[in-house]
Amino acid sequence: MSEADRSIVRLDGVEKHFGAVRALTGVDLSVAPGECLGLVGHNGAGKSTLMNVLAGIFGPDQGSITVRGVDSTAGYTVAAAKQQGVRCVFQELSLCPNLTVAENARVMHPALKGFGWRRRAAELIARKLDEVFPGHGIASREIVGDLSIAKRQMVEIARAFTVTEAPADLVILDEPTSSLDSVVAEQLLAFVRHHVAAGGACILISHLLGEVLSTADRIVVLRDGAVVDVRPAADFTRDSLVSAMGSVAEGGVADGDGFTSKRRGGSPKVRARPAGRTTGPELVAHAGEIVGLAGLAGHGQTDMLIQLHSARRKASASLQVDGPVSLVAGDRQTDGIFPLWSIAGNITIRSIRHMLHHALIDADAEQEMARRWQQRIGIRTPDVNNNILSLSGGNQQKALFARALASDAEIVLMDDPMRGVDVGTKQEVYGIIRDEAANGRTFVWYTTEMDELKHCDHVYVFRDGGIVADLARDEMTEEKLLHSSFEAA
Amino acid sequence: MAAARTAARLATRLLERPWLWAFAAAFLVWLATIIFTKGQGGGEILSAALAFGTFSVIVGIGQMYVITLGPGNVDLSIPATMTFAGAASMKIMATQDSMIVVGLLIALACGAAIGVFNYGLIRLMRIPPIIATLSSSFVFQSAAIAYGRGIKIKPPPSLADFTTARIAGFPILAICTVILALVMTVVLHKTVYGRSVIAIGQNARAAKLSGIAVDFTRFVTYVMCATLAGLCGFVLSGFSGGASLNMGAEFLLASIAVVVIGGTSVAGGFANIPGLWGAALFMFLLVTMLNTFGLGAGIRLVMTGLIIITVITVAGGKSTDR
Repeated sequence: MSEADRSIVRLDGVEKHFGAVRALTGVDLSVAPGECLGLVGHNGAGKSTLMNVLAGIFGPDQGSITVRGVDSTAGYTVAAAKQQGVRCVFQELSLCPNLTVAENARVMHPALKGFGWRRRAAELIARKLDEVFPGHGIASREIVGDLSIAKRQMVEIARAFTVTEAPADLVILDEPTSSLDSVVAEQLLAFVRHHVAAGGACILISHLLGEVLSTADRIVVLRDGAVVDVRPAADFTRDSLVSAMGSVAEGGVADGDGFTSKRRGGSPKVRARPAGRTTGPELVAHAGEIVGLAGLAGHGQTDMLIQLHSARRKASASLQVDGPVSLVAGDRQTDGIFPLWSIAGNITIRSIRHMLHHALIDADAEQEMARRWQQRIGIRTPDVNNNILSLSGGNQQKALFARALASDAEIVLMDDPMRGVDVGTKQEVYGIIRDEAANGRTFVWYTTEMDELKHCDHVYVFRDGGIVADLARDEMTEEKLLHSSFEAA
Repeated sequence: MAAARTAARLATRLLERPWLWAFAAAFLVWLATIIFTKGQGGGEILSAALAFGTFSVIVGIGQMYVITLGPGNVDLSIPATMTFAGAASMKIMATQDSMIVVGLLIALACGAAIGVFNYGLIRLMRIPPIIATLSSSFVFQSAAIAYGRGIKIKPPPSLADFTTARIAGFPILAICTVILALVMTVVLHKTVYGRSVIAIGQNARAAKLSGIAVDFTRFVTYVMCATLAGLCGFVLSGFSGGASLNMGAEFLLASIAVVVIGGTSVAGGFANIPGLWGAALFMFLLVTMLNTFGLGAGIRLVMTGLIIITVITVAGGKSTDR
């Protein structure tokens, strides 16, 4: 590359693995002064990992990092990255909520010391806020925890551009506009252009393709941990960008041809509108249906499942759930596993209420249920009375499936349950889900994997906490899904 | 070969029972004492340990259920509840035998009411349990002072007789408390409520998502703990010749110590009741041993602290590591 010699940071063949997960599989990337680089890709494409490598948080397993023409792979730490002028604005904001805006600015600038540091920090951040977000209405002495999420994001962004000792040559913005309204977002994008014109550099990571196309000079498309396309932004259109991001390989799982709607007569088992919405499409699921929740991560799918899970006690006009509900957690450690219990104890906890014999839990019934489901779902263990943590992650997940499926639940909610599950196990579980649906159970399945949506009779696409599309299986294509996920704001 | 495997399995199963350590420690301390006295008074010491340990076990059962609910859960209002329930019931009984049942019900009701108050502070006012129960203990300790006016109120004679009676050297109260402990063991492991307590202590979020009534379970647990404290205040007043204003004081530490030494996980989610008995006996026998050795008060307290730390490190470390 011609700009290689003058690039601020260059990555060559960077790989990063987490156990068996290959998050980055050989990424080449370079950013030059006076350039805004757009970075797009689907969930799990490796964007956040790449950013963490650039910020010095993760060291690469393979490949090299070159800063201003000097190989800095060894010793490229957070401090070194900062010293070299690389700044990051993270998606999960990193401000201290108990400190004021000025004090948070000081956290990044050790140079502000001695008497009057608070005043100098306040001036520094206020000046930058005025520059980036004119009319922001944020006082430097306000406690960050009291600010709205949008204002916190503004402070975080402005702070990344402030300069005392170390320069701010390359600022990486990860979903910077996710909480900003369109006016403020425009201000930011204009400032990014201004920063770039003045010889700085930016990496802009965003799911809003419109703003990437309009702001970036060059766009890098990541898929499955590798760069699949790099072109000047002018050579991309919205459609070509979407098709570059999506997986082109068509899986032959279940095609739309054999689709017959299960929605003939009868009242639905589930009818719900996302919390806080009074209009717009509803989620509907009938008996025997598998309903998918799609869209980008964190756009209200999990909230919808939690809402459905608690609906039996708090039914309302916009929320009807007809029948017992159980939930398969995706975040096993936080939402699913009881780590001190056996596999059997973990499977039966949802059902012990129906195993009472003279008000006491019947141990034989418990063992029987655990053994039956161990066989049925193929949990690989010599003894169901072993501790749950003796199982591999995939088998722990199977135990959570067994917990939900062994219960009396007519409606099974699944919160992206296949995270970190290997391919073989997935196929087995898909089969069981189809069988159970054929037996009349209803599944509501949030997934971030495109292939899994092909198992669903209906797919609801979520964006910003609401439903933006309802696709039946025979009309569902990857392109349609992506288009509605990224619909222009 | 088979025998070796059986022995190995037995050994691991025993090691999985942390209460064993508490009993072992109690036995060693007792042994050291009677070696020092050349075999004299061994039986009497045990009998006394059973009698005094009873009270720690009663409040320890409640505290254990609360602690098992998970990090941050503890009931510091136990001493105040004991004092308040003891004073109220003794005053209402006014030393009349005919009023004993009424007095018992009053004591239990006082406990239950304080438990409801505690959980109200925790749930409705969103105060952390440690602060909520501590502040409510100030309220009820002061109420007991205002109500009892600082005088020791005597129990009815039949109650005093019952709480100090023995069968073949075994205190009747201790026998009743063993039965209570057995019942509470069954409740812990074999009922939906008990399972819910353990599940919440391991992972409250997972418990909620598994359909467990988390708030209701926590409510029942705090009320049960305070009710047991009320019961303990009632029988302790009978045993020690009346309700006094500082009668609960030593049970703040004791109720927590027997839980921890007994092998219950301080992090929650793992409880065992037999260990409470082992720990209660150990605590009493330890003080007896140090007294028998004729050590001064200062040394005695230092030794007590050090030995408790040792036992917890040896026995308690394993269950929390898992």
